[in-house]
Amino acid sequence: MSEMTKPLEQAAQDAVLSAPAIAPRPPRPVSVSLTYAWRALLKIKHMPEQLFDVVVTPIMFTVMFTYLFGGALAGSTDAYLQFLLPGILVQTIVFTSVYTGFTLNTDISKGVFDRFRSLPVWSPGPIAGAMLADVFRFTASGVIVFIIGTLMGYRPEGGFIAVIPALMLMNAFALGFGWIFTALALSVRTPSTVMTLAWLVLMPLTFASNIYVDPATMPGWLQAVVSVNPVSLLVSAIRDIMAGTPDAGAILLALLAPGLIAAVFGPVTMWLYRRER
Amino acid sequence: MTAPAIETTGLARHFGDKRAVDGIDLDVRRGEIFAVLGPNGAGKTTLVRMLATLLRPTGGSARVLGHDIEREAREIRRKISLTGQFASVDEDLTGYENLLLLSRLSGLKGSEAKDRTMGLLAAFDLSDAAARQAKDYSGGMRRKLDIAASLIRRPELLFLDEPTTGLDPRSRNQVWDIVRGLAASGTTILLTTQYLEEADQLAGEIAVVDHGRIIARGTSAELKAKVGGGVLQIHLTSAERREDASRILSDMLVGEVRASGNAASLNVDVADPAAGLAALGALSAAGIALTGYSLSQPSLDEVFFALTGRPPEPENGQESGKDDATDSEAAL
Repeated sequence: MSEMTKPLEQAAQDAVLSAPAIAPRPPRPVSVSLTYAWRALLKIKHMPEQLFDVVVTPIMFTVMFTYLFGGALAGSTDAYLQFLLPGILVQTIVFTSVYTGFTLNTDISKGVFDRFRSLPVWSPGPIAGAMLADVFRFTASGVIVFIIGTLMGYRPEGGFIAVIPALMLMNAFALGFGWIFTALALSVRTPSTVMTLAWLVLMPLTFASNIYVDPATMPGWLQAVVSVNPVSLLVSAIRDIMAGTPDAGAILLALLAPGLIAAVFGPVTMWLYRRER
Repeated sequence: MTAPAIETTGLARHFGDKRAVDGIDLDVRRGEIFAVLGPNGAGKTTLVRMLATLLRPTGGSARVLGHDIEREAREIRRKISLTGQFASVDEDLTGYENLLLLSRLSGLKGSEAKDRTMGLLAAFDLSDAAARQAKDYSGGMRRKLDIAASLIRRPELLFLDEPTTGLDPRSRNQVWDIVRGLAASGTTILLTTQYLEEADQLAGEIAVVDHGRIIARGTSAELKAKVGGGVLQIHLTSAERREDASRILSDMLVGEVRASGNAASLNVDVADPAAGLAALGALSAAGIALTGYSLSQPSLDEVFFALTGRPPEPENGQESGKDDATDSEAAL
């Protein structure tokens, strides 16, 4: 073989031979999770529209409900906005929690997960990283909706500072609640199925709640449903916080459902995730 | 002392009733390029996914680099790299970000990770595209990025699952050059392919799989001895002379003369190029005009026909041999 070595052939050979020596210890779980979180943030950077996708519906509802029904429901649009906005914040973040599952399913269906899984690193890393990035996503979408509300005239009685504990509580709720969608994402074939099924869960949860109206005028059976709806419990706790009168009992009650969901669907997700496909 | 790169015994994976891999015995020595040749749905990808610890077998056993694929997956993952069938790059990220991500996950820190990323992009001619999202890459660029991502560390064993399926001939040649370079560096490579020509070009040893089983195995020369050296295809100026041409070819060559899809074309197996040339001379002497001819490696269809007496499953058979007839196309 007197043929001259081709440039790419030589380059490939050199690339392997020049591979840096890597410490036998693979990166630790925390650093793996942070790296995957960085990946998720890069995706938001390249496609910032994914943040706007999830706030379009809440903003539309805010504008529509406030100006169309606000006067009739609460006497004035201003009074209704004061009532509605904390609920809309919750709705925004609950909607956003679908995204972890949606992106997880997208990754799997694209095959990039095969590479991740063939790496000798802490295997739940991609999920942990996605959840870390979700904190950013929840906070960003919450802030966007809050700013829109403020521009429309919303003023939290507890002062603007109250939005910080409110966002923290909503993050905690959404991180627990999101496990339903990660488990769902690992059980169905396509990302759009995740979305469709998620809407079937989210629509009744957000409408049969106290987000839009005071349940006092609803029939008794519906009041019973609304009063145990985890979304209602969260909205009540958030309204207290935004009003400057946080209630420890209400906050604990709000965290009960996401805690249970995480306790059940967390292990289910991990089981589905580790199960070889 | 060192264990073989791959050793499997009766390795099987059934999905319900479907026997994707149905008892495969394989041994791959270190330092060689081993090709698994077969049509779509033959079980190639399932086999690779089991060996790369992504899928549990339902029967048999396998050791990769001396480690059991079920009990020592983590050890294996440390030593192998996988380039999956569909380029497993993150399309939303740029080429640079893709490699930086995997460098960090491989344990490189800060500037080390950046240096390795830049080095690999340069090696594979992707520096100019580094800041573009991978979804805007051509198929060939994506493949190169994908292979680069497998080389952040130095793998002892590299799996390439259909590395050139869907690539144009130029990109395919580039991937072949890369694979040869990797082999020259001492990396053991197991590649799957639908093209006999690819296996012939790259691999020391070839296993032909069908319906999850190995149906033939050997070096490229051994396989070709079974299958026939190549296929001479002639295109007649006029279909009327087909009978005459067929008779002349039958007289001159050992192989059976087969009709091709086109009424004015004929295919015949030839043991070596000289025999083919002599047959062309005889046609010319008989005054049979040709619009063209080609002498190509047998396509996968023909390999299968020779080995099993039937073409591969109709659903995949049409595409598989299409790219093989590029060897010596010439017009008269």
